[in-house]
Amino acid sequence: MDDIYQEFIIELYKNPMNFGRMAKPDYHAEVHNSTCGDRIELSLKMKSGIIVDVKFAGSGCAISQASSSLFTEYLKGKTLDQLKKIDKQEVLALLKIDLSKNPSRMKCALLPLDALKKSIK
Amino acid sequence: MFNNIKKDFPIFLNIPDLVYLDSAATSQKPQQVIDSVTKFYSKENANIARGLYKIAEDATMNYEQVRSKVQKFVNAKSSNEIIFTQNTTSSLNAVMRGWGENFVKKHDKIVTTVMEHHSNFVPWQFLAKRKQANLVVVDVDDDGQIDLGDFEKKVKDSKIVTLSTVSNVLGVINNVNKLCDIAHEQGAICVVDGAQSVPSMPTDVQKINCDFLAFSGHKMLAPFGIGILYGKEELLEKSDPFVYGSQMIRKVTQKENEWNDLPYKFEPGTPDISAVIGLGKAVDYLSVLGMDNIHKHEQMLIGYLLKQFSELDGLNVLGPENSKQRGGLVSFSLDKIHSHDVAAMLAEDNICVRSGHHCAMPIHERFGLAATTRASVYVYNQKEDIDKLINSLKQVQKVFS
Repeated sequence: MDDIYQEFIIELYKNPMNFGRMAKPDYHAEVHNSTCGDRIELSLKMKSGIIVDVKFAGSGCAISQASSSLFTEYLKGKTLDQLKKIDKQEVLALLKIDLSKNPSRMKCALLPLDALKKSIK
Repeated sequence: MFNNIKKDFPIFLNIPDLVYLDSAATSQKPQQVIDSVTKFYSKENANIARGLYKIAEDATMNYEQVRSKVQKFVNAKSSNEIIFTQNTTSSLNAVMRGWGENFVKKHDKIVTTVMEHHSNFVPWQFLAKRKQANLVVVDVDDDGQIDLGDFEKKVKDSKIVTLSTVSNVLGVINNVNKLCDIAHEQGAICVVDGAQSVPSMPTDVQKINCDFLAFSGHKMLAPFGIGILYGKEELLEKSDPFVYGSQMIRKVTQKENEWNDLPYKFEPGTPDISAVIGLGKAVDYLSVLGMDNIHKHEQMLIGYLLKQFSELDGLNVLGPENSKQRGGLVSFSLDKIHSHDVAAMLAEDNICVRSGHHCAMPIHERFGLAATTRASVYVYNQKEDIDKLINSLKQVQKVFS
């Protein structure tokens, strides 16, 4: 049972990075995954055209939480144009696990990307 | 009990280490049912109620025979009271559209419970909104039992009371006989969602005295795509069809039309005849096992499961602790582990359970939970399936510890 549940995933689930909310974010969105009840809230802070701070909050499974941790870290230092170009493959590459045969888990992994897209829409 | 049943289900031959604990979502199908569908398509395929040639006449006869079988299975007075739909959801929507649309007026009260599946909640929510009626939701106690005081208070002067026999999340068996009586005293009609009960325990619509009962074939060994709506003849007569065309019409002129008789009034269009044939075989199969025996078997397994669960730290069970108050399912949560992760890790051991809100968000909200994991049993499960579940759950807890 450890194909997906590698140690670093569990570790990020227990101790997430960039977890929390921020006062007056420049971009903000909340998304839900209706199949599992996961909820992620993403907040972004921008300064001089680049992302200087990212936070996520909410509850979810280990995959969505780990993905959100890695994803928020990944967003820092990027411009709005760069954010707009981020695609699925980049998010999955951050996770380093193969979800190609788990379409339902794929949704969990991509939840923070959904939140990003919604926030900058 | 039922020690030799697994061999009837080809999925367990094809996937020998499959631990299937998700029958509340859908049941596996026995070879007998699969064969009946294949036989229909190979040897009997024809549309019903039209052709005058042999296979068409046979198809019509076989289709109607299944209706009579289902009538006996739930002890309806007449086969006119058995309507074939697509699933429980479409059956419940049929009541909302057919009866509700005609009889619910502004300020009327519709009563449901907080434990209902969305299929027995959303249609009423929608109807209430459309008609400017009030949807009132009966609460449960912390054990998951319907709060009888709250129920009695809320059904006063109501028009429709709708509830499930067995909750698909709490597993609790509701005393529908008594609750329907209380509803009737108030002049309400009583709609029962039997999706989780009809496959697993004896059902007698005359004893329950419900006005409508909805259930699905696919949860009781039959193919997908066939649902059943039982309705008291008098109420079905008063209900209007809501899908038009084809068989539901008796006479059409350029200016007007006349509805067909029951049950055809509610069966427009060509149905899934093969699924109905399969349903007939499924009813035969279940009848041989005996619905009382199935209920006992499930309660034995759930009792066994609950006992083992009580020995696991950090595992919380929803619903009654006593398996005698339950149908064949248990929803639970593990401290600090998301239900999605539990189900996914179990899946890696070939154990099939369901995670999420099980299409019943109000009851999860009631207990302050986003999601739970649900294990459910049926005729083909044995104690060893439960043992495997427990072992894997211990592993899950270890990984997350």
